[in-house]
Amino acid sequence: MSEALGTLKAGSHLERVLSEGRFAVTGECGPPKSADRSVIEEKVKLLKGYVDAVNITDNQTAVVRVSSMAASHIAQSNGIEAVMQMTCRDRNRLAMQADILGAATLGIRNILCLTGDHISFGNHPKARGVHDLDSITLIRMFKDMRDDKRFQSGEEMDVAPPLFIGCAENPFGDPLEFRAMRLGKKVAAGADFVQTQCIFNIPRFRMWMDEVRSLGLHKEIKILAGITPIKSAGMAKYMAKNVPGMDVPPEIIDRIASRDKGEPQQEEGKALAVEMIKELAEVEGVAGVHVMAVEWEAAVPEIVERAGLMPRPAVA
Amino acid sequence: MITADRKPFDEIYAMTEGHDKVLVAGCDTCVAICLTGGEKEAEILASEIRIRAKEDGRDITVEHTAAIRQCEWEYLEMISDEVDSFPLVLSMGCGIGIQSMAERFAPKQVMPAVNTNMLGMPQEHAVWLERCAACGECVIGETAGICPVVRCSKSLMNGPCGGSHAGLCEVVGPEGDETECAWALIWERLKAQGREDLMFANREPKDWSKSSSGGPRKMVREEAKPV
Repeated sequence: MSEALGTLKAGSHLERVLSEGRFAVTGECGPPKSADRSVIEEKVKLLKGYVDAVNITDNQTAVVRVSSMAASHIAQSNGIEAVMQMTCRDRNRLAMQADILGAATLGIRNILCLTGDHISFGNHPKARGVHDLDSITLIRMFKDMRDDKRFQSGEEMDVAPPLFIGCAENPFGDPLEFRAMRLGKKVAAGADFVQTQCIFNIPRFRMWMDEVRSLGLHKEIKILAGITPIKSAGMAKYMAKNVPGMDVPPEIIDRIASRDKGEPQQEEGKALAVEMIKELAEVEGVAGVHVMAVEWEAAVPEIVERAGLMPRPAVA
Repeated sequence: MITADRKPFDEIYAMTEGHDKVLVAGCDTCVAICLTGGEKEAEILASEIRIRAKEDGRDITVEHTAAIRQCEWEYLEMISDEVDSFPLVLSMGCGIGIQSMAERFAPKQVMPAVNTNMLGMPQEHAVWLERCAACGECVIGETAGICPVVRCSKSLMNGPCGGSHAGLCEVVGPEGDETECAWALIWERLKAQGREDLMFANREPKDWSKSSSGGPRKMVREEAKPV
């Protein structure tokens, strides 16, 4: 396999786009809270052709949904590459390794390693949160499986899972001065790409990128800037107030609120997303964008188009 | 110290159903210090049960006692005569004390009147905070004396998650209480010690086999055994 891959680690479409130096676009799809395959198919079809890969969330906000592995498989069966998300909240290291071997056998190549929202936020707050590993030890475990054919215990395996290993980072989390170094820890652990928390505060993001570049991290990891189109002023206010780790400056909320509710606010949200993508694409070290249109997948094609990111590259 | 909180009265009272002789047994060590299950609290609970039983027209004898420590055989010996004369004991000791009593006085029914909740310390008068998970592998030498296993809501070993904000954890307690972000505290104190490089090193996955995941633990001090 290593011969066919050359210098690639997994040979996924996303990895090829990024390794060829093309500006990447990823999307996001949250699986439904019921055994409804059609919801997943409809969501991913909206994104098909407009993104290079789609993240499939893993019980996001600690709410039970169709598993990320199953939904990733459905996405790929519908012709769109998946980035399978995995949190440390619901699985111990046995289950995580079993799932990554299972995902690999299904042809899933991109994996995103996350700590996970705390269990108290979700719909089973009485459940036991696992947190056997954290996101950094999770990255390292998958890297060792891929590169050394070793389980976390050190035991060997015959066939390694070919993985393009991703992580997340929040440039707006505290302590701010530790945030670039935290990405450095993830690079050291073996992360190949990072998708950031949604960016609304561009000056702060630029400061983080300055630190990232001063550490030389942008040369070691592909950085995808997180974008969330705002659908309404209410949503912006909610995110600012209730979503942990989110930095939504008042001027952003005011800009959306200055338009009438409904269609005009949605238009403003899309226009803002397009402007931000264009601005972020110019930041040195930004290799792509990750568009998280939460329950608004239909807005993605237009945003990607207006941002000048079409057509998406076909790669070897 | 071990801390515990008294169970709701109705839950405790329901345990006495069908009994006419009940002993409330306090413990004068940890649970006394956290004002939950010492002799005084045992006396108060016994009174409450008598009052309710009287209202309910029940003919019941409720008395109280306390051991210096319910978790040691010799202190249980000191209250054994009293305990022997009651078929039902409501223990206000911690989970260790309750089990010690249940074992020493088996097959007598020993019921828990408290919920044992943590290894904590009084941060201020009448406020206790969790400080130790008894995980069997202490790392606080590298984390500036602050335990990430129990003070970080996700037991992270490599620094704060993305939900750390202004020194606070993303998790808010059931009463709306804010929690300090353990890793923000660790970062600040390591900086003050000039040891922040400890935050930059990647830590290995924790060995939970030394914690409760390895099964019930046993400690033997060979050199201290009687010859």
